[in-house]
Amino acid sequence: MFNTALSWSDLAFLAQGAGMTLAVTAVSVAAGTVLGILFGVIRFQVGPYWAAPLTFVLDVFRSVPLLIQLVLGNALQAIMKLGWAPFTTSCVVLSLYTAAYCTEIVRGGIDSVPTNTRRAARSLGMSWFQDMRYIVAPLAVRVSLPSWIGLTLGVMKDSALVLWLGLIELLRASQILVTRLQEPLFILLICGAIYFIISLPIARLGGYLEKRWSPND
Amino acid sequence: MIEIENVRKSFGSLEVLKGINLTVAKGEVVTIIGGSGSGKSTLLTCINGLEPIDSGRIKIDGTEVHARSTDLNKLRQKVGIVFQQWNAFPHLTVLENVMLAPRKVLGLSQEKAEEIAVKQLTHVGLAEKLAVYPNRMSGGQQQRMAIARALAMSPTYMLFDEVTSALDPMLVGEVLDTLRMLASEGMTMICVTHEMKFAREVSDRVAFFHQGVMAEIAPPEQLFDAPQNAETKKFLAATH
Amino acid sequence: MFNYTFHWNQALKALPQMLDGALVTLQIALLSMIIGMAIAIALTLFRLSGNRLLGGFATAWVEVARNTPALFQIYMAHFGLGNFGIHLSPFVALLVGIAFNNAGYLAENFRGALKAIPETQTRAGRSLGMTSLQAFRLIVMPQMLRVAFLPATNQMVWAILMTSLGVTVGMNTDLAGVTQELNARSFRTFEFFAIAAVIYYVIAKAVTLAARVFAARMFRY
Repeated sequence: MFNTALSWSDLAFLAQGAGMTLAVTAVSVAAGTVLGILFGVIRFQVGPYWAAPLTFVLDVFRSVPLLIQLVLGNALQAIMKLGWAPFTTSCVVLSLYTAAYCTEIVRGGIDSVPTNTRRAARSLGMSWFQDMRYIVAPLAVRVSLPSWIGLTLGVMKDSALVLWLGLIELLRASQILVTRLQEPLFILLICGAIYFIISLPIARLGGYLEKRWSPND
Repeated sequence: MIEIENVRKSFGSLEVLKGINLTVAKGEVVTIIGGSGSGKSTLLTCINGLEPIDSGRIKIDGTEVHARSTDLNKLRQKVGIVFQQWNAFPHLTVLENVMLAPRKVLGLSQEKAEEIAVKQLTHVGLAEKLAVYPNRMSGGQQQRMAIARALAMSPTYMLFDEVTSALDPMLVGEVLDTLRMLASEGMTMICVTHEMKFAREVSDRVAFFHQGVMAEIAPPEQLFDAPQNAETKKFLAATH
Repeated sequence: MFNYTFHWNQALKALPQMLDGALVTLQIALLSMIIGMAIAIALTLFRLSGNRLLGGFATAWVEVARNTPALFQIYMAHFGLGNFGIHLSPFVALLVGIAFNNAGYLAENFRGALKAIPETQTRAGRSLGMTSLQAFRLIVMPQMLRVAFLPATNQMVWAILMTSLGVTVGMNTDLAGVTQELNARSFRTFEFFAIAAVIYYVIAKAVTLAARVFAARMFRY
């Protein structure tokens, strides 16, 4: 059963793929979160009526398959002659995709802070920014964190689609090995296990923070 | 007749009923008072077989509740119970809540079940709420609906488990009025309650439970005005 | 503007073909939901059964479905099963992959819905003389459906979006597949995929809207 043609250098190749998955995920989640916070605050601040165009655009990112978004993003950068590498294009598209989900999470988090708590802050003479910084942000982060962890894990899985633009991430690396070694099940099982191994610490961290933060408030 | 003989019941290492003996005759109203954790609510859920017992016997009209051969679903049609939390079925209208068991358990026709349900709901003063969903009503109204729901099975016996404890003080009166009405109609009832005034008014006998033991049972005048047991005295002094 | 001429006319001529593809997309999504739902019910029963083997199997299914990429699951169906001499067509592989994914997420959804119905509801039913099966069917189940409905709708939208992954295993009859074929012949990538995006968006919104209307009719409490 363990008579496999898989060599150490093949495993290193898979690890490289996993590294690419992690890199794309890290960049996209970081940029997407920053954008998501920005959009979320705007959506909350200007109200549903004025935020409607923004809401619509973000909703499009959640209602069109990511694969189509990647192809469109790539076509657009070619049309505009930006000359982006696949990695850049992938990260830009995934960041916007992440931002679309993150915006909802952030808005939900801000929504969850009771009006009276905010009134109390403002009546102590805090500015809007101080209220946001010292009152709303800490409370909203606690509420939003589980969903944000879920989003991060989701983006990590969805990042597999960047293989369509030619990036060799974990799944594409596995596919290449499958084609070469003709041991599809074995190699794909390793690939699945690596996804699990990457997910677990993030999920655990989320569970830990959730437990630590939730009971005493 | 409900006959309770030397019933014992434990949850883990905690013995909540330590040999209870009580006989309730047809038409009698018995109220049970006592502090929390005295085992009074547990006794009610044992009477209709929702909880198993460890030893002893409970017989309803001669049928042993916890015998293997007993068809509990059949027996429960005879013994209605209303809980502290009214447990309205939120997905059904008030009328449907009351009709459900007569239709599905007794197998009555739609028309017959509706007739019974309307009659019982009118009886508890909810004739105008038939098409309303329970979550649109007050707790008192929902509790009266739960009473009508139990009555629609035409039970011989009714068990009431602290039915006013979860209600706003303002709403307690309307539910107690419904219970008074049932008592005056001759329904056989066992009520676990914290409402001393109500217990004094409607009961034929009042039982005081203390730490899993029935410390005292007597007609209300005697139990409230001249309690014999030291624990009863303490309890009454604390609640007055 | 970008020194690029958009050829929308050429792309729009292919619209009927793309709409045919959209029908295939809907068909796969719907089928995968029906299969996924049936499996999810079985998995939920396995988890409730108390049997360690069945429970472990269900938990493993749910974990794999939720913690690996959907594309990975489709690859498993398409390439992985080849180890056993099973070679699925792109259509079947896509269907199997998405149904697998749906089953995992729906099973988790059902479990949450079951938890959301308090034990006292069953108790109230039992105290009226209902059998446990009656109490489940008449009282717990209808309430569960309401709790589970919205997440199930979201899963349906996901299923529609996931069908686009078929193109990576050679699927060429669904919307993404048809679009890719058109693109390969004409290289008007942006135009074709933009139209595909609009169609996906419309389908997703139509499904969401239909589900909302349906829910408003069904769950009136």
